[in-house]
Formats: sequence, C-alpha cells, structure tokens
Amino acid sequence: MYRELLALSWPSWRAYRVWQRNLDSYRRYYWASLVGNLGEPFLYLLAMGYGLGSYIGEIEGMSYLQYLAPGLLVSSAMFAATFEGTYGTYLRMAHLKTYEAILATPLTLQDVVLGDLLWATTKGLISGLIMLLVLLPFGLLPSPWALLLPLVLIVVGLLFSALAMVVAALSPNWEFFNYYLTLFISPMFFFSGVFFPLTNFPSWVKGVSAFLPLTYAVALSRALTMGEVSVSLLAPLLWMLLPTLLFGCISLSLIRRRIIK
Amino acid sequence: MGKGIIQARDLVKRFGELTAVDGISFVVREGECLGFLGPNGAGKTTTIRMIYAISPLTAGELYVADYDIRHHPRKIKGMIGVVPQENNLDPDLTVLENLLVYARYFEIHKQEAVRRAFELLDFLELREKKDRLIEELSAGMKRRLIIARALIQRPRILILDEPTTGLDPQARHLIWQRLRSLKREGVTQILTTHYMEEATQLCDRVAIMDQGMILRLGSPQELVAAEVGEEVIELQVGEDEEARIKGFLEGSPFIWEQAGDTLYLYCSNGREVLASLARYPHLRLVHRPATLEDLFLKLTGRRLRE
Ligand SMILES: Nc1ncnc2c1ncn2[C@@H]1O[C@H](COP(=O)(O)OP(=O)(O)OP(=O)(O)O)[C@@H](O)[C@H]1O
Ligand SMILES: [Mg+2]
Repeated sequence: MYRELLALSWPSWRAYRVWQRNLDSYRRYYWASLVGNLGEPFLYLLAMGYGLGSYIGEIEGMSYLQYLAPGLLVSSAMFAATFEGTYGTYLRMAHLKTYEAILATPLTLQDVVLGDLLWATTKGLISGLIMLLVLLPFGLLPSPWALLLPLVLIVVGLLFSALAMVVAALSPNWEFFNYYLTLFISPMFFFSGVFFPLTNFPSWVKGVSAFLPLTYAVALSRALTMGEVSVSLLAPLLWMLLPTLLFGCISLSLIRRRIIK
Repeated sequence: MGKGIIQARDLVKRFGELTAVDGISFVVREGECLGFLGPNGAGKTTTIRMIYAISPLTAGELYVADYDIRHHPRKIKGMIGVVPQENNLDPDLTVLENLLVYARYFEIHKQEAVRRAFELLDFLELREKKDRLIEELSAGMKRRLIIARALIQRPRILILDEPTTGLDPQARHLIWQRLRSLKREGVTQILTTHYMEEATQLCDRVAIMDQGMILRLGSPQELVAAEVGEEVIELQVGEDEEARIKGFLEGSPFIWEQAGDTLYLYCSNGREVLASLARYPHLRLVHRPATLEDLFLKLTGRRLRE
C-alpha cells in the first residue's frame, strides 16, 4: 500500500506534454497576455522611478530608479505566475474540463498539476525576462551577477505558481480570486521592500514582512543586481524553495480532492 | 469463451452516503460490443469511469487486459479510447490541433500523428473543418471529433458514453456505421445509450442496470425472448372501457401491465389474443414484435427517475 502511494505520487516527464498544450493554446493570444502581465510593473517603473524618483534622493546609496528596478522585476514574475496559476488553472480545471480530458490518457493527475505549475512558472519567467530586457538599456543592471537573475525569476515563478494553484484548488468561483489578490498579493507588493525599505516601520510590520515570500525574492534580486553576493543569500533562497515544495504538495492534494471522484 | 479483456468483480463505487455502483460483476469479451443500459442515475457513467481509471474503485477488482487497474492505470489508459458523456474538447485549439495535441499525450510522433489525424478526419467526415475552432462546430461535428480523438491512439478498447445523444439521424447513422466498421477491425467497444435502437444495432450483449446493479446481461434477442416474449399488443383504452377490459384481462392467462392510458400485453401468440379481444370492437390497438425497449421498461419500470 505504502509502495503504491510512493509509486503513484511522483509525477513523470509527461508533465511536459501538458506544458506543451498550454504553450500551443497561448500562441493564440500571446500579445494580449504579454501586455497584460508586463504593463503594470512597467508603468510603476516609469511613473515611480522617473516621476517620483526625481523628488526622492538616494535610497540605501542608490538612485530611486535603481532601488525600484530589482523589486519590480521579481514582481512582474510574481504577477504573471499568479494570474496563470489562479485564473488559468481554474479555467482548465473547472470550466474547460481540460484536466478530465487529459486524465483519460496515460497522464496522471501529478503530471497534469506539475505541467500546469511549470507553465505558470514559464509565464512568470517570460514576463520577468521581458522586464530584464527593458532594464538593460537603462543601465539598471550594473553587476554581472545579474546573469543569475533568470534563475531567481524561475524560483519566484515556481513559488507563486504553487501558491496560486492552492488558491485555484480551493476556489468555488472566479470572484474568490479577489480575496487572494487584494488581501495577499497586493499588500505584499507594497510591504516587501519593492518601493521602500521597511527600516523605519514598527517592528510588527517588519515581522509580517519577514513572512512574505516576496521580501526574500526582492532581497535576492537586489543583491544580484548590485553584485552584493555572499553565502548569506542562501537563506532567502531556502525561504522560497521550501514553501514552494510545501505548497506544491498541498495544491496537488487539494486538486486531487477536487477532481478525482 | 475466453477470459475476457475486461473483468470486473464486485465493483462498488460510493460518493459519500450514496452508492452509485453496488457490487457489479461482468466480463467484456475481446472484440465484442457491450452496452450498458439504464435509466438516468443508474450508474452507467460511474461504472465506465472506473474502467478507464479516472475514478478509483471503492471496492472490488478490475482487470483490463490482465492488468490490475490499481497498479497499472497508465498502461490501461494507454489502450483505451474514451468518448466521455460530456464533450471536453479543447476550445483553445482548432479541430486538427485537438487531435495532434491529444496524440502527444500518447507519445505518438508528430509525423505519424498528422497522418492518423487526417485519416481520422476523413473517416469521420471532418476534413473540411480542420482549421475551425471548436465553438464553430455543430453538436454532431463535436461528437464526431471526440470519436476521432479517442481513436488517434488506435485503442484496443473504445469506451463510448452516450455517443449520439442529441444528434440528428444522419449524424447518428454515420457514427453507427463507423462503430460497426471499427468492430470489424476487432476493437472492443463498451457503450452506454438511452436509445434502444442504438443498442440493438450495435451491441452483441447488453447489461441492463438500475440503482447501481446489473439486472440482466445477455444478447438483446435472447433477453427479449426470455423476458418479454415475442410480441406486444398495445391497447389504448378510454376511461369508460378501462374497467371492463381490465376485468377481462385479469381473468385471462395473459401477462400485461398498465402505463397511463395504455395497456401492454406480452405474448407469443398474438393472433389468438387478438381473436379473444375481438369482442371489444372499439379498441385502438397496435400489434408489434417485442423490442429491447419493452424489456427495458419492464425491468426498470415506467416511472420517471430523478
Ligand atoms: N461526482 C459525483 N459525486 C456525487 N454523486 C455522483 C457523482 N457522480 C455521479 N454521482 C451519482 O451517482 C449516481 C449514478 O450516476 P451516473 O452518472 O453513473 O448515472 P448514469 O447511469 O450515467 O446516468 P445518465 O443516464 O443520466 O448519464 C447518480 O445518483 C449520481 O447523482
Ligand atoms: Mg451517464
């Protein structure tokens, strides 16, 4: 019995087929999608970086635009992965019956969930990479360590995809996502050190911030962007990878409970 | 008789309190078409969903081609083509892409997949629609496409859950022809339907289900002959005559039942019965051979199911 569980609980490389399916359907509307998940962070960069930045002096020894860039970079990956992981997953799982159709083939639910997770991660990565291309000509990536930023984007994508899929699995309807987006994602966007350091905030805010996964993503991204690399960066990396594993497993078991009847 | 390509022993499926399938056993022989008939909610869909490993068994044993369903779901799903009761085509993809993407789930190479896809589009008369999106298809085309999709992997077993519900006679006949030609090629078929004519046309054997149990299993002709007899006489009686006729029937050796304004007499000596009914000249009656529908209604009753 235990062996059976183990054998069944590992996804296979067939998850790639699900990823491919999502890519095929994405090709039909990728322009709309790109504009959608890139627009917002890019606007923030222009409006706040240039607009507000010209009134603000330096933060932590760098221009405001430079301060803002690494955080907006990971935020764009976060938003793209979040939207795909919530709306996209829910659409395929509950409305299009894509999961049902695929489960009648040699693929298992593990494959399907992993495929969707990797797809949402890919959307995060695509969005982040475009943001990187935007930052490059502005000279906002001074250190060669920035070459590692795509890896950070992948880690961020995985984490927020896993979280989003937990929400999708629990969601009874589309409106449900508003709770997650307004009560969790948006506040996190403002209190993870993207726009301002939390040094002057009361300690409970800092305490809350230390629980927000985006905080670690921003710290990691900023360190690589500025070339301030040390072993201590492994801690934020770990703080993103561990919850990814945890929420990945939770999303799988919740989706199983929802789908397998 | 061989062991059968599918063997089910004491299958049980519960959804919480509700027992949808209540300990059924059956064997599907290689190359045959077995039909599951039964009123709404009888447990047909639930039964076949267990066969294609999408719904875990609550209890019992199920072997497909000697593989235990609990241990080898991937292998089993690899040899079954499925036409589900509800369409689940991929609306983000075109007709052709639906087939090609599905072929990838079975690890069929691109070139081979394209070849098979066009072959199947021809087989189900869909080639002209190959670049259409799913939402532009009629109900009949969608159903044909789902059948094509189920065939892309050349399955040994084809499972069809109400393949022709809601289709016009032309589409239905086309699908019947295709299913018969697949049967000649040796594809084992499991079918559910509410159309008794469809079952008579396609099935070698039928299992009549109600409330999660199999009431009868056998060839349609044999079951009808054994349970209903050869002929049926339908009498439509007015209220004034009803009592008299029923009085007459109660005193007679005939097997009969009433549903609304119609009395059904089951017999194998119709002419004699008609002769003895000659004393009621105003009766409106129909004399016809017994069908699977008579058997079905006799076994499962004439009342509506929820
Ligand atoms: N996922 C589910 N959760 C709870 N109950 C279910 C579920 N699926 C089916 N049932 C119940 O199981 C019983 C059998 O349903 P099933 O779909 O197998 O019937 P069916 O014979 O296919 O009917 P129909 O002819 O209407 O398709 C019904 O009472 C149904 O309500
Ligand atoms: Mg059904």
